[in-house]
Amino acid sequence: MSELSFLIINRRAPYASNQAREGLDAALTAAVFEQSVSMLFLSDGVYQLLKEQQPAAIGQKTLSANLQVLPMYDIDKLYVCAQAMAERNLSADQLVVPVELLDKHAINALIKQQDRVLTF
Amino acid sequence: MIFSIVVQGAPHTQQSAESALRFARAVLAQGHQIYRVFFSGDGIHNGSALATPQQDEGHVVAGWQTLARDHQLDLVVCIAAALRRGVMDAGEAKRHDKSQHNLAEGFTLSGLGQLTDAALNSDRVITFGS
Repeated sequence: MSELSFLIINRRAPYASNQAREGLDAALTAAVFEQSVSMLFLSDGVYQLLKEQQPAAIGQKTLSANLQVLPMYDIDKLYVCAQAMAERNLSADQLVVPVELLDKHAINALIKQQDRVLTF
Repeated sequence: MIFSIVVQGAPHTQQSAESALRFARAVLAQGHQIYRVFFSGDGIHNGSALATPQQDEGHVVAGWQTLARDHQLDLVVCIAAALRRGVMDAGEAKRHDKSQHNLAEGFTLSGLGQLTDAALNSDRVITFGS
């Protein structure tokens, strides 16, 4: 089967629901199937990327460890909505992994380029 | 066109479950094919045999079952999400030493690989979120 481009879109804050983990799992699974996988973080999804999370205090596992292994699965393209960052007064140096900030037009173009889009 | 549908919402809690069912019916009515319906997150409750909505409400689980029977649909429930939430088939009940099982007829349990496989074998993947 030929390789397809998958974009995993994450829109949810990390620990209020398990959507963030489901998105990560879907990304890793597609990568194991040797597809070309990138991830896009929109809206409250940008909070998934913040450094120094300590979710053990509420009985959850941190996402950071999983995010940091993404390059080992050849998932090295992480995109973040610049407007979502600005609205939350966040900057890229507060994030646990290197990302590329995109404006709305670039996000539209990115989504349009993909063979498959999965949203979480 | 070949579609796959991802359902992340629980029936009778989030409209997305009912919307997904209605979308599936519309896709088939227009002569398209559905490669797979994949239920993940709270969407796994679409596969609960014990769901018993009031009689004057639509029955989403039964709706999936009818559609699957009429069109040989592949209804796959994410096994990790289902076990966490207490939905399992006889085999998993035995494996986990549970006295009951409740996966509805017409649904099967499988892993996330089935989602990637569905994306690879469909022209479109449509997600009904939570």
